[in-house]
Amino acid sequence: MKFLVCISLVPDTTTKISFVDNDTKFNNDKVQWILNPYDEWYALVRALELKEANGGNVTVVNVGPAENDQVIRKALAIGADDAIRIDVTGEADSYAIAAEIAAVAKSGGYDMILLGKETISYNGSNLGGMLAELLDLPFVSYASKLDMAGNTASIEREIEGGKEVLSVDVPFVISCAKGMAEARIPNMKGIMSAKTKPLNVVAPQGVGSLTSVVKYELPPAKGACKMISADHPEELIRLLHEEAKQI
Amino acid sequence: MAILFLVEIADGKVKKASFEAASYAAKYASQAGKEAVGLALGSIDDASLSALGIYGAKKIIHASNAGFDNFDASAYAKAIAEVATQISADTIIISQTLTGKAVAPVVSARLKAGIVSGAVGLPDADFVVKKAAFSGKAFAYVKVETAVKVVAVVPNSFGATKGEGSASVEASAIAPAASRVTVKEVSRQTGDVAPLPEAELVVSAGRGMKGPENWGIVEDLATALGATTACSRPVADVHWRPHHEHVGQTGVAIRPNLYIAIGISGAIQHLAGVNQSKCIVVINKDPEAPFFKAADYGIVGDLFEIVPKLTAAVKALKASQH
Repeated sequence: MKFLVCISLVPDTTTKISFVDNDTKFNNDKVQWILNPYDEWYALVRALELKEANGGNVTVVNVGPAENDQVIRKALAIGADDAIRIDVTGEADSYAIAAEIAAVAKSGGYDMILLGKETISYNGSNLGGMLAELLDLPFVSYASKLDMAGNTASIEREIEGGKEVLSVDVPFVISCAKGMAEARIPNMKGIMSAKTKPLNVVAPQGVGSLTSVVKYELPPAKGACKMISADHPEELIRLLHEEAKQI
Repeated sequence: MAILFLVEIADGKVKKASFEAASYAAKYASQAGKEAVGLALGSIDDASLSALGIYGAKKIIHASNAGFDNFDASAYAKAIAEVATQISADTIIISQTLTGKAVAPVVSARLKAGIVSGAVGLPDADFVVKKAAFSGKAFAYVKVETAVKVVAVVPNSFGATKGEGSASVEASAIAPAASRVTVKEVSRQTGDVAPLPEAELVVSAGRGMKGPENWGIVEDLATALGATTACSRPVADVHWRPHHEHVGQTGVAIRPNLYIAIGISGAIQHLAGVNQSKCIVVINKDPEAPFFKAADYGIVGDLFEIVPKLTAAVKALKASQH
C-alpha cells in the first residue's frame, strides 16, 4: 500500500508568538520550527505502523522553501521512505497548498493520504477536505482509530460528545487526531539513514491563494487573577453572577 | 443575494451551534443587505427548522432525503455547493463543529471559494474576518479574495441572538451523491447539557482529583450549573474519564463563556485548548500553578472542601432566582 503523509512545519509549541512589519508578518526570529505535532505523532506514525504490518511505502510531502529540508529529514529519520518538497517560497494559503499537493498526488497512485487534524499555527483544519475534493476522494476527518482489512478501512472518528465508527475503501484522505498512534523518537539508525533517503524537490504549479492575512493581533493582556479565600468559596459564585455575569 | 448557512442536525434536532450560525448569517446579511437562508440536510421536522427564524433566518431549504442521515463530508459538500449555486449565495457560513470542520474545506475547494476557518467575528466591508490562530495565542485578520466565500465560525464565539420570527421552510429534492463512506455506528452522550465544544459553561477537572471515584463532586457542580464536564489530558490518558471529555491542544479546543478548572495545573498544551474561554476560574492547592496566570478568578485550597461548597452556593443562587 502506498501512503502519502502531508507534513507541515510550525513554530515549536512553547514559542512566544510575536509579529513584525506593523503586525503583518509572523516574527521568525529565533523560532524553532518543528513538524506539526499532529502530522508527526498521528498521521506519520500510523502510516508507518500500517506499512510495517502489511508492507508498502510511506512518502512525506511538504510545501515550502529549502530551509524546511532539515525538519523534513526528521520525518525520514522517524521512518518515512522518501520525501517530496514542493518548492514554494512565498506565502500560500491552504487552498494553494492543497492544489500543489493534489498535483503531486494525482500521479502518485497513493492508496491513502494522511495528515494531522490541523496545524498548531494556523489551526485551519482545511487541507484534508480540500485535497479530498481536488482529488475526488472520500474524506474522513478527526479520526482517532484506523485499522485496515484488505482494502477496507475501519475508522473511529470523533464527534461532539461521542464517536462514530465508519468504513471506507482505499483510496481516501484521512485527518488524524489523538488515539491514532503514539509519538516515536527517531533512533540513531533512523537518523543516519535519513541522510541518504531521497528528498525530491518538485517545482510548484504556481497556484494562487484565495485568501491573504492582512494583519495579526495578540490577545489583550489578561488582567490579574482575582483571588478568593478558600474559607469563603461562595464569594466566587457571587462574583461569577454579579461581576462576570456568566451564571 | 443570499447568505447560506448550514443547519446541522443531531438526533433529529437542530444543533445548538446552528442557532449561532443562523445568528451570524443573519447579522452579516443585514449588514450587507442580503438574506440569510439555511440548508438542512436529513431527517428533521419542519417546525424545528422554522424556529430558526428566531435567530434571523428568513428561509430554510430542507433536503430531507434520509441518505443525508449517514454523514459523508463529500456528499454534504456537494449538496451545499449545489444549493449555494442555485440560490446565488455569495457567502456560506458553517459552524466549526467536527461536522463543519470536515465539510467546510470540501465546499471551499469545490467552489474554489476562499475560506476563513476559525472565524470569531463578522466580515467587514472588505471581507476581512478575524480568526483565532497559533492555538489561541494570537488572531489573524484574513481577507477573502474570491467572489464566493466560506466562513467557518468557532462555536460559542459569536453567540446566538434571539429575536422574533419564523422562517419559511422550502422542500428540496436534492439527494446525496453516492456515499463512499459508510457509517456503522454512532454513540453520543445523552442528556440535556450541550456537548463540547458547543457548551457555554464547562466544569473541568484534572489529576488533582486523585482518582475517578472522586468525580462525583465535579459532576454535582456541573449539574447545579447546567454545565458540561471536561477533563485534562493525563486524566483521559489513564481512562479516568472518556476521551471525548479531554480538552486541550490534543483534545477538543473550546471557547465557553465560563471554564472552571479544578485540580488542573495549566500546562501550555492544556491552555492552548481553553485560553479563549471568556471567563476562567482556577481551583488548585498549589498557589504556583501556572494556570492562575491565565485565570480571571482563583481559589487556592483543597478542592475536596471547596467544590461541594461551590455547588451549595450555586444551588442557593438558583433557588433565590425562582
